[in-house]
Amino acid sequence: MNSVATPAQVPRRRRRRSKLQARQTRTAWLLLVPALAAVAFVAIYPLGKTVYQSFTNEQFLQGVTPTKWVGLDNYFGAAGIIHDTVFKNAIIETIKFTVITVSFEFALGLIIALVVNSKFKGRGLMRAVMLVPWAIPTVVAAKMWQWMLDDTYGVINDLAMKLHIISHPHAWIADPSTALASVSAVDIWKTTPFVALLLLAGLQVIPQDLYEAAAVDGANAFQQFMRITVPLLLPAILVTLIFRTLDALRVFDVFAVFFGNRPDTQTMAIYAQSTIVGDGNVGYGAAISVAIFLIIAIFVVIYVTFIRVTES
Amino acid sequence: LSTAAETTTVRAPARPASRSVRLRKSPFGRVLFRLPFWLLVAAIFVYALFPFYWAVRSAFMPENELFATPIKYWPSNPTLQNFRDALSTDFFRKALLNSTIVAGSVTLISLAIGSLAAYALGRFRFRGKSAVMYLMLSMTIFPQIAILGALYTMISDFHLYDKLAALILTYLIFTLPFTVWVLTSFMRTLPGDLEEAAYVDGATPLQVFWKVLLPLIAPGLVTTGLLAFIAAWNEYLYAVSFIQSPGHYTVPIAITSFVGKSGNAFQVPWGQIMAATVIVTLPLIAATLILQRRILAGLTAGAVKG
Repeated sequence: MNSVATPAQVPRRRRRRSKLQARQTRTAWLLLVPALAAVAFVAIYPLGKTVYQSFTNEQFLQGVTPTKWVGLDNYFGAAGIIHDTVFKNAIIETIKFTVITVSFEFALGLIIALVVNSKFKGRGLMRAVMLVPWAIPTVVAAKMWQWMLDDTYGVINDLAMKLHIISHPHAWIADPSTALASVSAVDIWKTTPFVALLLLAGLQVIPQDLYEAAAVDGANAFQQFMRITVPLLLPAILVTLIFRTLDALRVFDVFAVFFGNRPDTQTMAIYAQSTIVGDGNVGYGAAISVAIFLIIAIFVVIYVTFIRVTES
Repeated sequence: LSTAAETTTVRAPARPASRSVRLRKSPFGRVLFRLPFWLLVAAIFVYALFPFYWAVRSAFMPENELFATPIKYWPSNPTLQNFRDALSTDFFRKALLNSTIVAGSVTLISLAIGSLAAYALGRFRFRGKSAVMYLMLSMTIFPQIAILGALYTMISDFHLYDKLAALILTYLIFTLPFTVWVLTSFMRTLPGDLEEAAYVDGATPLQVFWKVLLPLIAPGLVTTGLLAFIAAWNEYLYAVSFIQSPGHYTVPIAITSFVGKSGNAFQVPWGQIMAATVIVTLPLIAATLILQRRILAGLTAGAVKG
């Protein structure tokens, strides 16, 4: 590569460095092989396969109907998801759930984070307590709340009647008008502390002297909150909102425990799962899955654009 | 909110001592001004713990007390019968074992594969590194429902349907990218000197990894492992889709499968169910509380779903 006539030192060192670089690169990729292979096998290949299946009429019990290519029929055909009112309702239900839970979790989480961020006795204990709902499995949390919301022996009815909020026991889960509120309550209880912990981490990196300087300049607590806390916490807020939104959009566990696949309270994930596993309708279910993936992707794009805009 | 309380104490000396400040500085006033704050703390405390308390209360209550109105807030005749009933249910006992096997294997595999990948991503410079990081990050927010159909057919093609191996394999989707991401952040924080010294002594990259780096990130391995374990222990969607026979149930399926004893089939056995929820959550809560600080560090490094 290099002729002998060139000054010896510089190229040799560079060559040695690039050789070292090449060896480093090779070692690094070797170390990555198992992880990349696993991800490819359990996530990327299945994703491709799902997209392919969505263009077929594949049934789980093969032989009943031979699988054939149906093009875009699952999406835009006469019986495609574009005309599927059950799926449309599932999308609406999921988005309602997402808006309710994410806004409550954010508002309550912020309050809790601000409380725990101030110094007081028992703050460590408080932080430990906040991890309890997070550590409880979602299915278990749902069962606990289902029992608390029981129409005859539930503590929620008892408390609400003692406080004169309601006059007779109410069937919170069975009644369609309170069903969504009931599932949301479980999710809000389980996840708010987690949101609070993420926001708390953001609060703790805000330098304390900013507040002191603002106080010297005569800013009151509210002004300090709006001008210092909110702008500096914004990155943490956005990350938290993104993760919570994406999580809420794929909600399955709480709805499955509370309602099974009761038609008026299906989420997108419940509908996809019951189509694929319950009905064995893999082709059509795959089309639903792809649609869910795209809907979630739209939310990611919206958030990322928003972050870009606020950053510039 | 929080800052208001702290800054007033800083600001107070600068101002003429008005009556309100004097009140605020007196012992009685201090309690009075802090009262709303403590009420808020108490409310948060009760909100976070009450549902768990209710499960414990119901687990210790005999059936005739549990299904009686007006309801009692404290078991007057505590009993262990519900725990005995739950633990004598065959599928529940098996579920405890199955979930331990599944979550344990997934955690170990993720840590083994993930720490190698984190070593590459955290300690090496090479082309394509940021692409791999982006891939792993996007995987952590990957909706599992999106690939259910393909996994369902793959699992039946590999004859893994209704086997625990199906869960061990598919749970890697959410544990592995997360493990890689968090362990990489741990790897990055290590100083380079020890590693360099080992290389000078002629150690191979794998020896450096095994003898130098792994012991240093042991706390990170514990944290990440616990988080992966909890995620796998709690998973429901794939479990309920790929598992059919009661002998292969995992804990979340088992919790939803209790039915009333013969003769009383319509009465949901809430006492048993609550005993079961206490049994399965107690170890998780204990582990979480013991490793509290590390979990917080791991969660904020990964900033992922719970």
